[in-house]
Amino acid sequence: MSAPDTLEREQEPADEHLTMGIDPWEKNWMLVSIVLLVVFAAAITVAGFAAGFQLPGEESEVDPRTVATEGPWAEPGLRELGEGRYEAYILAQAWSFAPRELVVPIGAEVDIYVTSPDLQHGFKITDTNVNMQIVPGQVSKLSFTFDEIGEFPYICTEYCGSAHAAMFGTVKVVSQADFDAAESGATDTSEATDTSEATAEAQG
Amino acid sequence: MTITERAPSTVGGSGYDLSRFERRLIGVHLFVAIIALGIGSLIGPLQTFEYSNVNLYQYLEPVLQSYYQGLSLHGVLNALVWTTFFIVGFTTFTTIRGLRRPLRHPRINVAGFAVMLIGLLMAAVPLLLDQATVLYTFYAPLKASWAFYVGLTLVVVGSWISGLGFFLTLHAWRKDNPGVRSPFIALAGVINAAMWQIATIGIAVQMLTMLIPWSLGLIDATDPQLARTYFWFTGHPLVYFWLLPAYVSWYGMLPKQAGGKLFSDSLARLSFWMFLIVSVPVGFHHQFVDPGIPQVWKWLHAVLTYGVFFPSLLTAFTVIASLEYAARQRGGTGLIGWVRALPWGDPSVTTQLLAGILFMFGGISGLTNASYNLNLVVHNTAWVPGHFHLTVATAVTLSFIGITYWMVPHLCGTQLWGRRVALVQAWTWFVGMVIFSNAMHMLGLLGAPRRTPLGEALYVPDEWNGHLLRVSIGGAILLVSVILYLVVMYKTFRAPKVEAALVPEVPIAESLRHPQLTPVWLDRFKPWLIAAGLLVVLSYGPQLVDQIMDMSLNSPGPDFKVW
Repeated sequence: MSAPDTLEREQEPADEHLTMGIDPWEKNWMLVSIVLLVVFAAAITVAGFAAGFQLPGEESEVDPRTVATEGPWAEPGLRELGEGRYEAYILAQAWSFAPRELVVPIGAEVDIYVTSPDLQHGFKITDTNVNMQIVPGQVSKLSFTFDEIGEFPYICTEYCGSAHAAMFGTVKVVSQADFDAAESGATDTSEATDTSEATAEAQG
Repeated sequence: MTITERAPSTVGGSGYDLSRFERRLIGVHLFVAIIALGIGSLIGPLQTFEYSNVNLYQYLEPVLQSYYQGLSLHGVLNALVWTTFFIVGFTTFTTIRGLRRPLRHPRINVAGFAVMLIGLLMAAVPLLLDQATVLYTFYAPLKASWAFYVGLTLVVVGSWISGLGFFLTLHAWRKDNPGVRSPFIALAGVINAAMWQIATIGIAVQMLTMLIPWSLGLIDATDPQLARTYFWFTGHPLVYFWLLPAYVSWYGMLPKQAGGKLFSDSLARLSFWMFLIVSVPVGFHHQFVDPGIPQVWKWLHAVLTYGVFFPSLLTAFTVIASLEYAARQRGGTGLIGWVRALPWGDPSVTTQLLAGILFMFGGISGLTNASYNLNLVVHNTAWVPGHFHLTVATAVTLSFIGITYWMVPHLCGTQLWGRRVALVQAWTWFVGMVIFSNAMHMLGLLGAPRRTPLGEALYVPDEWNGHLLRVSIGGAILLVSVILYLVVMYKTFRAPKVEAALVPEVPIAESLRHPQLTPVWLDRFKPWLIAAGLLVVLSYGPQLVDQIMDMSLNSPGPDFKVW
């Protein structure tokens, strides 16, 4: 062993121990790193708690064995709460969303509640900040205001078996007039829902 | 920048070299690792070709049933098997050669390898029979065969046993060398093993209390939310378990290969201790969009994730400074121009330099993932595999490949076959990954989901097509690279033995300052282990207790096989 040599080296001046031999450039780099990370942390703190930003969080729990037949997800879809506010109950199941289509009027503020009776799924509405992990037994919730007319696919973003790539739905944001017209003859959407449930049952 | 020459460090020591038995032990770890990387990486490009609607799986049907079985094999073999077997083998090497002493209890390390191998074989059977097509995250209630869960558990248990062997060897060395600083590469390897032992508690609990009894039919159902929390307790520190051995090489070996020295022994150690503390309490950043976890905990883990960036930023400085020192010793000049003076003709160096370059970009996309507001845009999109193919699949894997370029001939007593072929391998990996990863990041920003055969997906807009094609092109280039790697390894293994002086030597970098000047507190386990334990309890304890108290095992999953 080289112990004698190294022990001798321990007699170096004490101040070397204190500085750890940090080069001035290195010290500056460490300071810059710390400042950078503190700024980032402050930024997400402000974004997270002061800027009206929302993440899915602890919402409520459901029994995945009964959620498809009892309670609000037994009849998934959009419900009006009044004054431009809506809630949407969406069931993510292998391998479809119920409903497959969600028609909302422009400007609608929608509380979106999603859960799953079988496996984990993902729920991401393209071109929006709605992105949730769907976990059986848990309710995932986000609110979103749709203020652009168009079609926005919601895609299953978590692997859930062989037809995962076929699992998606569409939010159709329409004008208030079109929405009211669709409301009065709303049979199309409910038929689509029935079909998807029938498919799921057939697969089961 | 002032750099003072100092006396050489303790590197060299007694001159003990690996015994024939120790060479074989390390060799079998590398053998399993390289086979796993080979199979896993040959499957990877099949996924990328699917993106362009070229589905080769249909021709492979007796062997591979589906895209998802291929993806499960790719993930398990590359991210879990290649990494773990390589790391345990490499840490055996750095422990023995760092300390210049034999393993204290070689039987413990043999037992560790045996348990890992049995576990691998157990998990491989259901994977190959399409009974474990649950991807490498096996989210409940996707239900694989019990053999898959038991097998993976044994791989982890085996790595614990080997970790104990490393620790006892370091402990024995310390008794023989009181007051001497532990050699860096040996200490760093043991710190990584210690971090891994803390980190894998999560997955052990998930396996033993939920997935194994459930797959055996002892319990009917799972709690998927709790399972995710257990999984990510281990799942994020897992990436540091992969990364730290690459850092061992970047700090402790690459400077020597480049003709220089380790710039700062103290800061190298400090960054490893920081990784021990902050690697674990960050798992909720994989669960930012989960239900069932209050936002304040997500915020805490986001902030701690920034904390874990600090040692990586330290590493960036120290490694680049060490390389600059080496390059200037070789006559390099200029603010950036010195880079050209590095030994780019050495495939072991080139692989690791290219790995480091892409890691900078991987770090930036990692910071994006860690920022929970930005995470909302990219979570579960193609951005994420785009990110981790820069980190684990390049920073880590390409560095490990670089290490094998000196280590395999060293262990076999041969010389590296095909230096130019190995250089082409390094550059094709780099170029292929740049194309693949950039396209994946773009797809993610456009909203393309990860883990999905986008070639057959029904919702793909035209604007994704160009990126999908680039994913396939990147995959094709990477396929060439991996084939070249396997050829180089095979030929090196079979190459004629050469006399000892011609075999590649072990590159162990000296430190610019004598390691004995490093403060004692950077050489002690106890305070850092206590700090690590405390931080885990504070950052996970209350939320974990809450979820366990609230556990409802009511999720049986579908009653049919979903793949």
